[in-house]
Amino acid sequence: MTTSNGGAADTSSIQDQSTSLKVLDWSLYYGASQALKSISLDIPQRKVTAFIGPSGCGKSTLLRCFNRMNDLIDDVSVDGHILLEGQDIHAPEVNVAQLRRRVGMVFQRPNPFPKSIFENVAYGLRIQGGVPRGELEDRVEWSLKMAALWDEVKDRLKESALGLSGGQQQRLVIARAVAVQPSVLLLDEPASALDPISTLKIEELIHQLKDNYTIVIVTHNMQQAARVSDLTAFLYLGELIEFAATEQIFTNPSKKRTEDYITGRYG
Amino acid sequence: MNRHISEQFDEELQSARQLMMEMGGLLEQQLSNARDALFSQQSEKAMHVIETEKRINGLEKELDEHCIQIIARRQPAASDLRMMISVLRASSDLERIGDEAKRIARTALKIANQALPDDRYAEIESLMTGVEAMVARALDAFARSDVDSALANIAADADIDRRYKTITERLVQDMQRHPDTLDLSMSMIWVARALERIGDHAKNICEYVVYLARGEDVRHTRNPTANN
Repeated sequence: MTTSNGGAADTSSIQDQSTSLKVLDWSLYYGASQALKSISLDIPQRKVTAFIGPSGCGKSTLLRCFNRMNDLIDDVSVDGHILLEGQDIHAPEVNVAQLRRRVGMVFQRPNPFPKSIFENVAYGLRIQGGVPRGELEDRVEWSLKMAALWDEVKDRLKESALGLSGGQQQRLVIARAVAVQPSVLLLDEPASALDPISTLKIEELIHQLKDNYTIVIVTHNMQQAARVSDLTAFLYLGELIEFAATEQIFTNPSKKRTEDYITGRYG
Repeated sequence: MNRHISEQFDEELQSARQLMMEMGGLLEQQLSNARDALFSQQSEKAMHVIETEKRINGLEKELDEHCIQIIARRQPAASDLRMMISVLRASSDLERIGDEAKRIARTALKIANQALPDDRYAEIESLMTGVEAMVARALDAFARSDVDSALANIAADADIDRRYKTITERLVQDMQRHPDTLDLSMSMIWVARALERIGDHAKNICEYVVYLARGEDVRHTRNPTANN
């Protein structure tokens, strides 16, 4: 991936204290094709921000920018700035591994490692290093509690994570993500492969996690966005059409395109 | 407004609107019949109003059930949600307008055998005509999501209230001046009260029109204006 912004932005002075991620005039290209078009938005700390929009609108692409997952894709180039707590995440001095520790990510399909439940959560901590054995157990317990999974797995921590149900695996993955204490959690359709009850558990978990984390969620399920998020961004063909309080988007959006999308009309 | 991708959803919303308009049309007739029953002393029309009120109650329940089904099955959002909320609220106001029309028809039956003194109740008849026009305009504004017309109608309710006050003061004087027609004056006070309430319900419906069209809640607002 190539970036054309060449270093840290001098925009950190305008960084609002309550802003976690600041996106400034951000564009992304796959080769010559522009997937994100000059997007600017402020994602506030300790709130849930949802990205909605039809397939191909760029919502997952934008989400993946926040921990530089797009770096892994050839032929991607970007322009603009993304600041995490005031720091440009594409600045040369930024260590991508460290960035991803601060910005955790959970995907559509739960992806536990073929290891024990305990090891799945301890994994990131071991990689990170510097966590003593005794503390490791405490951190695993704390993480599993944060992910509302502790009571269900505390008696079988040594069993394989692959024996858990899909919903439990997804909460385990969230426990793994929070174990390293990131400041932002990116959730890419975290419940789309789950049944309704597991979905509600994930949504309840999101509600609890926002006390401590900034959460950005991509979802195809508009009712889910309506239920869990504080702010909603509607993207369409790579453009940010509307970004507002969720209560406004779902009762009285200001843009006709948003209205057409969330009411299921032909745009 | 563009069509929904689900045609079925469009049809469901359309039939909610139609049920509400059917209810509204019936109410306009009820008010006109109640006026004839009262001032032209046509008792058969009073009977008809009382009988028809049951149909209005039935329509209210049918409309509510229809909206509840749409909410449960479709989880409407934005303008669709506002349409459901507005229709549900309006159906309750329409049903109450029906109750008031019945009240007037009952009064008409009660005083059917008494001679109405010439011109003494002309103001009430004119108030009734004004209120009927207000209901018609409210329904029309709803059907067309016409905010300007709704706001004008909301403002017009103040005039209805003023006229109601004047009429009741006059009727109280009548009671002192003409103790022989005390019952009649009392009945007319109740009619005027019913009309004033119908005006309030019409105003409520207009407030829902503003919510429907603009997402703005203008209830309990002094002089809401067209600021969009």
